[in-house]
Amino acid sequence: MTNHLETSEMVLNMGPQHPSTHGVLRLILKLDGERVKSIECVIGYLHRGVEKIGENRTYAQFAPYVDRMDYVAAVSNGLGYCLAVEKLIGIEAPPRAQFVRVIFAELNRIASHLLWLGTSALDLGAMTALFYTMREREDVLKIFENYCGARLTTHAFRIGGLQYELHDTFEAELLAFCASFPARLDEYERLLTQNPIWVDRLKGIGILTAADCKAYAVSGPVLRAAGLPWDLRKAQPYSSYDQFDFDIPTGQNADSYDRYLVRIEEMRQSLRIIRQALDRIPSGPILAKVPKVLKPAPGEIYSSIEAPKGELGYYIVSDGSLQPWRLRVRPPSFLNLAALEKMAVGALVADVVAIIGTLDFVLGEVDR
Amino acid sequence: MATEAWQDPLSAALAATFPSSVLTRESFRGQPFALITPTAWCDVLSWLLLNHAFDYLADLTAVDFPQSPDRFELIAILYSFSANRYLRLKTRFPESFSPASLTPLFPAANWLEREVYDMFGISFAGHPNLKRILLPEDWQGFPLRKEKSILAMDQSWVQNHLGIKSGQ
Repeated sequence: MTNHLETSEMVLNMGPQHPSTHGVLRLILKLDGERVKSIECVIGYLHRGVEKIGENRTYAQFAPYVDRMDYVAAVSNGLGYCLAVEKLIGIEAPPRAQFVRVIFAELNRIASHLLWLGTSALDLGAMTALFYTMREREDVLKIFENYCGARLTTHAFRIGGLQYELHDTFEAELLAFCASFPARLDEYERLLTQNPIWVDRLKGIGILTAADCKAYAVSGPVLRAAGLPWDLRKAQPYSSYDQFDFDIPTGQNADSYDRYLVRIEEMRQSLRIIRQALDRIPSGPILAKVPKVLKPAPGEIYSSIEAPKGELGYYIVSDGSLQPWRLRVRPPSFLNLAALEKMAVGALVADVVAIIGTLDFVLGEVDR
Repeated sequence: MATEAWQDPLSAALAATFPSSVLTRESFRGQPFALITPTAWCDVLSWLLLNHAFDYLADLTAVDFPQSPDRFELIAILYSFSANRYLRLKTRFPESFSPASLTPLFPAANWLEREVYDMFGISFAGHPNLKRILLPEDWQGFPLRKEKSILAMDQSWVQNHLGIKSGQ
């Protein structure tokens, strides 16, 4: 940013402690009146050196750390990491474990989208939605807690499958959630979808076209709202996703409102997957034969999954020792946030809040 | 590394178009990757983008091999929506070399290259805004280089700030 200012311009600092930046994000806005002329993101406040820690831990020791990146979607982080290490050592989780993983990953997608919906509605002044969505998110977190003892940083899976068999009340809890949730989703939609304030604040705001999404490597619901039906669960199926019937919701206008619609529909599709998985869950072992001491042969792999926020990838280089030589995390939030400049320049200050809200990033994952 | 040769039409086309720049074409666990000379970095990526629709730079990162004269390895993970496939391009160079920035080809490279610079100290020639992104401006050194040890960083912090010998 230049130090030179026109007489009508001013620099506004937003964050790092600002309620609508969803964590510790600092934005330096150069404004002409209410209009954003340039924007600079200052990130790194939550940098903990996750990739360096990865190089200093064994493969199994590092697994709980990944939960601390996107802490509202810890199950997806863990799934991506387990799949990456499994790919590196050339094993596959047993079918039962794959189905359980799908159920938990989709529950986590719902929980992540619910938190997004509540907080971004709160940013735009619709406080009620937060209380509604937190109520349903609580049901999901209860299921996590009953399964593995933790609500957020779950460490639910193990390399090669699962550590725990499903708890006795799991099916009843999940069925109760599946039965109640569709009506709740309709309830959110009644609150927001046709709400004139909600529509006015989001329609035509923060447009990021499909071409821009590709150029900025933006993934997840933001990319799909631009009309590109790209979802790694379909494009490069993992963990038995090819056995389930579900649609990829897309938008047409590539704006904030379409991102909202896409995420709402994604929750419905997640529910569809969960129902199918629960119906057909196979019996059998939950953990593949994994060596007690994990010492992958020298090699390198990249493995990515469709996390709630987009493509979450792990690039692991093994030198044949107990610890990875290099462990790189491809965070969807980091790359999605990089496109903020493209979307926010020319918008109003209030729109920046709406754009940040519907981008849906988590700073724990941006900074790692 | 127990790799296989990467054999398919794209691999052959890559070798035919850049006979002197493509050093190896391999595949591990079904994932293809090619090692190219650092001076051809931009040309090969541009060719893949324009002629083979690898239009999504999924990731760009580096690996440090301090024992090797070409200590840094730069890796671009590309994806093609039309072909639904991933491809990794890699190049190796010594500490003194500055690879060309990919930002003009892929806007996504802007932040990714800043992170590589921040963590490894690799400077990219032609990058529009090459400065630290995750670490504070006054941070000394580059943490993902192998000579930076977590233990030493921890000890120097507690010695300077708490006046104790070790925090472990």
